[in-house]
Amino acid sequence: MNEREEEIVICRCEEVTLGEIREWIDRGYQTFDELKRVLRVGMGPCQGRGCREMILRELSLKTGKPVSEIHPGTFRPPSKPVKLSLLAAGGDT
Amino acid sequence: MIRVRQTEVLVIGGGPAGLSAALEAASLGCQVILVDGDLALGGQLIKQTHKFFGSKDERAGTRGFKISEILLKELKNHRDRVKVHINCTATGIYKEDGVVSCVIGEEEYFRIKPERIVMATGAQERLIPFPNNHLPGVYGAGAVQTLMNVYGVIPGKRVLMVGAGNIGLIVSYQLIQAGVEIAGIVEAMDKVGGYWVHAAKVRRLGVPIFLRHTIKEALGDRVVTGALIQEIDDRFQPVGREKKIDADIICMAVGLTPTCELLWQAGCEMIYVPQLCGHVALRDQFMRTSLPHVWVAGDAAGIEEATAAMVEGRIAGLDAARSLGKGDKEDLTERLEDLQKRLGDLRGGEVGQKICQGLACCSIQGWGA
Repeated sequence: MNEREEEIVICRCEEVTLGEIREWIDRGYQTFDELKRVLRVGMGPCQGRGCREMILRELSLKTGKPVSEIHPGTFRPPSKPVKLSLLAAGGDT
Repeated sequence: MIRVRQTEVLVIGGGPAGLSAALEAASLGCQVILVDGDLALGGQLIKQTHKFFGSKDERAGTRGFKISEILLKELKNHRDRVKVHINCTATGIYKEDGVVSCVIGEEEYFRIKPERIVMATGAQERLIPFPNNHLPGVYGAGAVQTLMNVYGVIPGKRVLMVGAGNIGLIVSYQLIQAGVEIAGIVEAMDKVGGYWVHAAKVRRLGVPIFLRHTIKEALGDRVVTGALIQEIDDRFQPVGREKKIDADIICMAVGLTPTCELLWQAGCEMIYVPQLCGHVALRDQFMRTSLPHVWVAGDAAGIEEATAAMVEGRIAGLDAARSLGKGDKEDLTERLEDLQKRLGDLRGGEVGQKICQGLACCSIQGWGA
């Protein structure tokens, strides 16, 4: 892999590069959720909307499994940032 | 005391599918809440200035934004039954109690407990990784269309388009109409993916289409000043010399993928279907998912186009209302059959073959009792 490719930012919210993702896949973190836990990919404001697909493709290339067999990870609310003050207030009363 | 709003049908997404679902459910007497994250209803229709293809029943020959206006006018007839929230995102679905949380802007948070949900959350643009793709000047085609056709702002002076599907071709033509130069269109496949008529329009204006080419890298220090493109072989490996293209905008039109996080959160059974461009929910012939109170329609159910999205939305809206005991049984059966036939007709052509293959992977003949 050339250096230019390593620098490509895949997860923009958390500024994670392709190089870092490949490195951690090589270390054995071979599911989306594992990468999420070590690198925070998909944990920023967009919740993986931008990077998830590219990471699944990278996992597919590295593991030889087709994308259809790679779990895209757990989806939890909220799907976009909500101010804690709003949550604490509990919504409309 | 925390209030949870009640409604019979909650429609998430106010594009062609969601509007159609809301209309049909309301026409059968359902109380409907429609939420949409954008500042105006209509979804992608509001930026589509080109005329639609397809069948007469689905308003072929009408421009996209006009179709949106027609749907909104129809919706007004049901305003006593449809509560619309714009700038409102459904942020979560809690499978424990079926509550949906929503936030309007950043300031108002509320919960809804709907009896039925139609998910019409649409699609999001695909990205491809290349060095410097974070530079200002790299746009998604959807953003370019929004800037130009909704806000009247041109993105730049000279654009390199990546992707020769319908979106790439149409947006290129619209950029030219707005006085922007198209440096070229790059396409990885060995043929144009979009309709011939759209490709012919840009070719007649002298725009080069680089087939079997890919973008290698965006050039520029602080903003985009150009791009390197390169020919690729059958296995998408680069061959030949890199070409330098001058451009201040790189516009990515490399496809869409269904927006499906709420379907996952709800606990719908999901499957990856390449022909539908991503993960989609299993559904029956009435667009009902594996969860008996959740329907799906439009691009969220698989990437297709707005005409099919509208028909799917109508089916989902009618069936959701039917499940609540609304409407006349026989009349509904007839209307649903008619809509299914229209969908079949829309998918009859060459382009429809791929969709049909995809649908065969995720369609269930009835969920049983």
